[in-house]
Amino acid sequence: MSRRKLNRRQFVAATAATSAVMIAAPYVRGAYAAGKLSIGFWDHWVPDANKASTELCKEWADKEKVDLQVDYITSQGNKNIVTIAAEAQAKSGHDIFQMPTWWCHSNSDLLEPVNDIMEPIIQENGDVNGTVKYLGMLDGKWMGVPACVGSQIKGPCSRIDLMKKHAGIDVQEMYPAGSPPKADNWNTDTFLKAAEACHKAGVPFGIGLGETTDSVDTAGAFFQAFGAQLVDAKGNLTVKTDAVRQVLEFYKKLIAFLPPDVAAWDDASNNKWLVAGKGALIMNPPSAWAVAKRDAPQVAEQCWTHGFPTGPKGRFAPFLPFFWSIWSFSKNKPAAKSLLVHLSKPSSIEKMVDASGGYDLPAFSKLTKLKVWAEQGPPKGTIFHYPDPYQQQVLSIAASPAPPKVAQQIYFQATQTKMCLRYAQGEKMEATLAWAEGECEGFLRS
Amino acid sequence: MADAAFGENAVTRPRPAVGRSGLRKALQRKSSVAFLMTLPLILLIALLVVYPAFYSVHLATLNKSMQRFVGLGNFEFLFKRDTFWLVVKQSCIFAISAVLFKALIGFIVAHFVHNIPAKGQRKWRGMLLVPWVIPPAMSTLAWLWLFDPSYSAFNYTLSFFGIGPIPWTGDAAWARFSVILVNVWYGAPFFMIMYLAALKSVPDQLYEAAAIDGANWWQRIWYVTLPMMRNIIAITTLFSLIVTFANFDIVRILTAGGPLDKTHIFATWAFRVGIEGSDIPLGASVSLFMVPILAVAAIFILRDVSKRGNES
Repeated sequence: MSRRKLNRRQFVAATAATSAVMIAAPYVRGAYAAGKLSIGFWDHWVPDANKASTELCKEWADKEKVDLQVDYITSQGNKNIVTIAAEAQAKSGHDIFQMPTWWCHSNSDLLEPVNDIMEPIIQENGDVNGTVKYLGMLDGKWMGVPACVGSQIKGPCSRIDLMKKHAGIDVQEMYPAGSPPKADNWNTDTFLKAAEACHKAGVPFGIGLGETTDSVDTAGAFFQAFGAQLVDAKGNLTVKTDAVRQVLEFYKKLIAFLPPDVAAWDDASNNKWLVAGKGALIMNPPSAWAVAKRDAPQVAEQCWTHGFPTGPKGRFAPFLPFFWSIWSFSKNKPAAKSLLVHLSKPSSIEKMVDASGGYDLPAFSKLTKLKVWAEQGPPKGTIFHYPDPYQQQVLSIAASPAPPKVAQQIYFQATQTKMCLRYAQGEKMEATLAWAEGECEGFLRS
Repeated sequence: MADAAFGENAVTRPRPAVGRSGLRKALQRKSSVAFLMTLPLILLIALLVVYPAFYSVHLATLNKSMQRFVGLGNFEFLFKRDTFWLVVKQSCIFAISAVLFKALIGFIVAHFVHNIPAKGQRKWRGMLLVPWVIPPAMSTLAWLWLFDPSYSAFNYTLSFFGIGPIPWTGDAAWARFSVILVNVWYGAPFFMIMYLAALKSVPDQLYEAAAIDGANWWQRIWYVTLPMMRNIIAITTLFSLIVTFANFDIVRILTAGGPLDKTHIFATWAFRVGIEGSDIPLGASVSLFMVPILAVAAIFILRDVSKRGNES
C-alpha cells in the first residue's frame, strides 16, 4: 500500500479552495435557495378544483426556488377549524392557512398584517365588498388576502318550471343571462306568496332552520333585509326592536310553508331537497345544481341561480369569504407574501374559478363577470347572476354588523334561526326576545 | 492524602457488592418489575392524558382572548347561563338513561348467550359485538341516514303501517330518544361481554345448592348471580358512565345538539363554544365541569368495590 504524501503547498491550496466553496455556497442558486414554505388550503368540494391551486403554487415555487408543501384540509367535521385552533395554540404549523369567515378575527393576534400586498392587489382587481373588510380587517390592518377558493354567495337556486307553474314567476326573465336583473318586484312579499303557492302545490321551498351555516346564512340575510340586528356595530344589545319583531313575524309566516322537518336540516338537506326534485327553491351556491347535473340532469336543466328578494331595508345576500392568512410565527413571510400575490393575479383567479366550475367567487369588483359564469349550463347562463355581476345586492354575513368576536358567537350558536323557530313554535314574542337578549348578553363577554 | 484515600477505599470496599445485591433484590421484587414494565405506559399517559388535563385546567382559568388570568371566572359566568344548565340536565338524562338501558340489555343478552350451547356460542358472541367494534362515527352516519328528516328509512317502513312520519331528529323529545337509542345500540355489547365473563365465573355449585334449597329462577338471579356479579356491574357502570358522559361523536353527527339545543351534552356544547365560537377557555370550562360529577360517582362506586373486595 502506498501512502500519498501531502506537502505544505498542497495543503494550503486545498484549504483555500475548500474555504472559498464554503463561503460562496449560500449564494449559489440551488433548487430551493429561497427556503421552505407550507400552505394549508381548504379542501375543495368540487372534484379536481384543488388541481388548479396546486399547479399555480408549483409554478410559483419553481420560479422562486422555494421548497413548497401544499396540504388540503377538509372542512368535513370541522377539521380545518380544529387545525387552526391547534396551530394557534402550538404557535407552529403551516406558514399560510386558509381561514374561513370568522377565523381571521379570532386569531387576530397571531396573523401577519398584509396591507403591503393588499393595496396593489386591490388596485389591480378592484375594491372588495364590505363583508370582506368586516371579516378580514382589524384597526386598518388586513389579516389576510381574500381567497376566491371556497368563497361563495348562498343565493336562491330556483326551479324554472315549478316557479313559473305554481308561483307565476319567470326567474329567467327576472334574472336574464347576460343582462341586468329586472327584479324590482322580487321582494319579501312576493317571496312569501311564492312560498305559499309552491307549498300548496306540494313542492315547498327548501329552507333549513337547523344550526348549520346554510340555515343561519339565510336567516341572517332576511334579518338584514328587515334591518334587524341583535347587537349593533358598537356592541349594544338591539334585540328588542321593531325590525326584529317584523322579521320574526315574516319567518313565522314562511315556516308554515316550509317542509315540517326543517328544524333538523343540515347543510346537505337542502341540496338533497333540490336534487330529489321535491322543492321549487333552495338557498345555496351552485354546488347543488352541479350535483343535480351529475345525478338528476332533468332537475339541473330547470335550475336558475339568482338574487335574494329585497326587504324593507334592501337586498342582502349571504356571502362567505375565505382568506389566505400568514401566521405571525411563519419563518418565511416574504415568500408567503410573494405566493399570495401570485395567487391573487387576475389570471390565477380566473384559473381557480374555472376549475371550480364557477363555484368560487373572487371578492374583487373587477372580477365578477368572468366567462365561466356565462357559459355554464344546462341551462346556459344558469349561474350568470351567481356572482352578483351588477352588484345589486349587499353581500353580507349573518350577525353583522356586531363586533366580529360577538357576531361569531351569534352565528355559531344559530341564535337567529333558534329565535325564528321558537316564535314559530308558539313561544310568545317577548319571551323569544328575552331569551335572545340573554344569549347575546353572554356573547358580549370579553 | 493518598493514605487516607486508600484507607477510605479499604473501609468502603464491600459497598458495590451491597449496592448490586440491593439492586438485584429490588429487581427481584414483583412490584419493581411491574413498575418498570408499566413505565412506558405511565409516561405515555403522562404525555397524552395528564399534560392535556392540566393544560385544559390552565385554559379554563383564562379570559376569552386568553391573555388574562380570571381564576374561576369562567365557571361563574357559566353558572349564570340558562343554556349551560340545560346542557347539564341533558347530559345527566343522556348518560344515566343510556347506561341503565345498556346495563339492562347487556344483562339480559348475556344470559341468553350464556345459555347457548358452547359450540355455537362463539358465533353469537362475535355477532353481538359488531356494534361495539364498528367505529361509532361510521355507524352513527348510517343511523343518521335511517333518521334522515326527509328520507328516513324508518319512516318509509312505518308508512306501510300508516304510522308517521316521525321527526326523529326534528323534535326535541324524539331527538333525545334517537341519540340515546344509538348510544345504547353501540354500548350494550360492551356490557354484554363483561357480564358474560362474570356469569361464566360463577361456580355451578352455587346454583346447584340453590336448586336443592328450592330456589326459583328469580331467587337464583337475586341471591346468587347478582351478588357474584356486583363488582363487575359496578366497574362496568362506572366505566360506561364516564364514557357516556364524555360522548361526542353520536350527538355531534346525529343532531349537532339541535333542535334548539335540546340534545347538547357537555362535549358537543364545549366544541360549539370553544372551537366553533373561538372561546377556548369557556369551552375548556364546560368540558371540565364533568370532572367533579364523574369523580363523585367514581368515589362512591369504587369505595363499594374495595369494601366488597375486603369482605371477600
